[in-house]
Amino acid sequence: MKHWSRFHFLLGLIGSLYVLLIIALLAADLLHTSPGRIWEALTSREIRGSIRLSLLSSGISTIFAMWIAVPLGYFLARVPFRGRALVETIVDIPIVLPPLIVGLSLLILFQSSLGRAFQQVAPVTYRIPAVILAQFAVVTAFAVRTMRDTFSQITPRAEHVAMTLGCTPSQAFWHVALPEAKRGLIAAATLSWARAIGEFGPVLVFAGITRMRTEVMPSTVFLELSQNRMDAALAVSLLMVAIAAIVLLVARRIGATTGVYR
Amino acid sequence: MIAVENLTLAQGTFCLHDLSFRVPTKSYAVLMGRTGCGKTTALEAIAGLRPIQAGRIRLNEIDVTDVPAWKRGVGYVPQDAALFRSMTVEQHLGFALTLRKHPQSEIQKRVEQLAGWLQIQPLLHRSVEGLSGGEAQRVALGRALSFRPSVMLLDEPLSSLDDATREPLIDILSRLPDEHGVTVLHVTHNRSEAERLATVMLRMENGAITAV
Repeated sequence: MKHWSRFHFLLGLIGSLYVLLIIALLAADLLHTSPGRIWEALTSREIRGSIRLSLLSSGISTIFAMWIAVPLGYFLARVPFRGRALVETIVDIPIVLPPLIVGLSLLILFQSSLGRAFQQVAPVTYRIPAVILAQFAVVTAFAVRTMRDTFSQITPRAEHVAMTLGCTPSQAFWHVALPEAKRGLIAAATLSWARAIGEFGPVLVFAGITRMRTEVMPSTVFLELSQNRMDAALAVSLLMVAIAAIVLLVARRIGATTGVYR
Repeated sequence: MIAVENLTLAQGTFCLHDLSFRVPTKSYAVLMGRTGCGKTTALEAIAGLRPIQAGRIRLNEIDVTDVPAWKRGVGYVPQDAALFRSMTVEQHLGFALTLRKHPQSEIQKRVEQLAGWLQIQPLLHRSVEGLSGGEAQRVALGRALSFRPSVMLLDEPLSSLDDATREPLIDILSRLPDEHGVTVLHVTHNRSEAERLATVMLRMENGAITAV
């Protein structure tokens, strides 16, 4: 459209207020510090430790989330069964639940008699596995929804044809459905990873914040802020902004337009 | 030979009841009927893609009623071709033989043979994205023929094609029984297409199939 009508101009004006707010937020962050001060903060041993743990834990939680999301998403998209709406609602709960509640629920679960028995064998609470589990509990819901929407948008006819060619249902999934879902798969993994890096509430409650032990990047921002070290908090925040921007660019590049990330 | 005996199946509010018909070996049967009368459903039941409530399905005198789709060995071409977007044309033609673990040299030979017969050699290394309707149907036909099935089920394979594309494909389809030794069941609602291809004409009306 070459010429904007007055109505379109008004829409653009209203929308631009929010875009400007985000730009103002990022600009304020950048102007509040300098590259030298950011670098100095990022080279501290504690912050490097938290970045390392963030990257590691979010990577592992994303791998686990995808191991659940792909089969469950495919199952929900393809297999009709009584109670599917209920299962979908249960899977979606972590999406609408405040993350802090997820952390609290995990803590209560692992302090129950069953949880305590489990922790006798493999300690979880306030340790690195708690960080991974807290991230996993939240991001898996998003990954399942993305994969379910991805598979729902792919017609099952190709898999039916594959079966007439000699594929068992599992071969039809591996040879036909999964390759066709490649874009959704990459989008789900990329965005789950970014989401896992940003998880704070459940990690705080379930894993705590112990420096060089269970401290992840959002925890660092919280710790540094509470100790009035704005430069360090800002440095880690800007790093997280950069990661988010890269992930969004990657997701957009691969045409991720499914589900909750649409 | 395709024999459907007292087939009954229900899906939602739609129901086929006590359907019976027979297609002799190496004949080209065309099943006609109004849109929504259950032609595609019957075809999918023969292919093993729909569960049935009652009746028997026999292919070449073998009862396949309880045989899953992947063991029936039926060639199936759906209306929309349903090509695999992640595969090239060549991979489509070799897919069924790769599944059956045939030697690579044999697969290559079969791919070239089919590509020649369907006149799609220039397309072999192309992705299926961007193929025309006629090209896509040729690839779907080659894919279904690749493992040398004795029965081919074609679900309105020409319905989305224009006249110029349809003519050469009709010529290819008409040669299926003689050149590939297959029994064909072709579903359509196009009378002229049926008259040109059919050696056996079947009509589906009010849930029953009669020979015309």
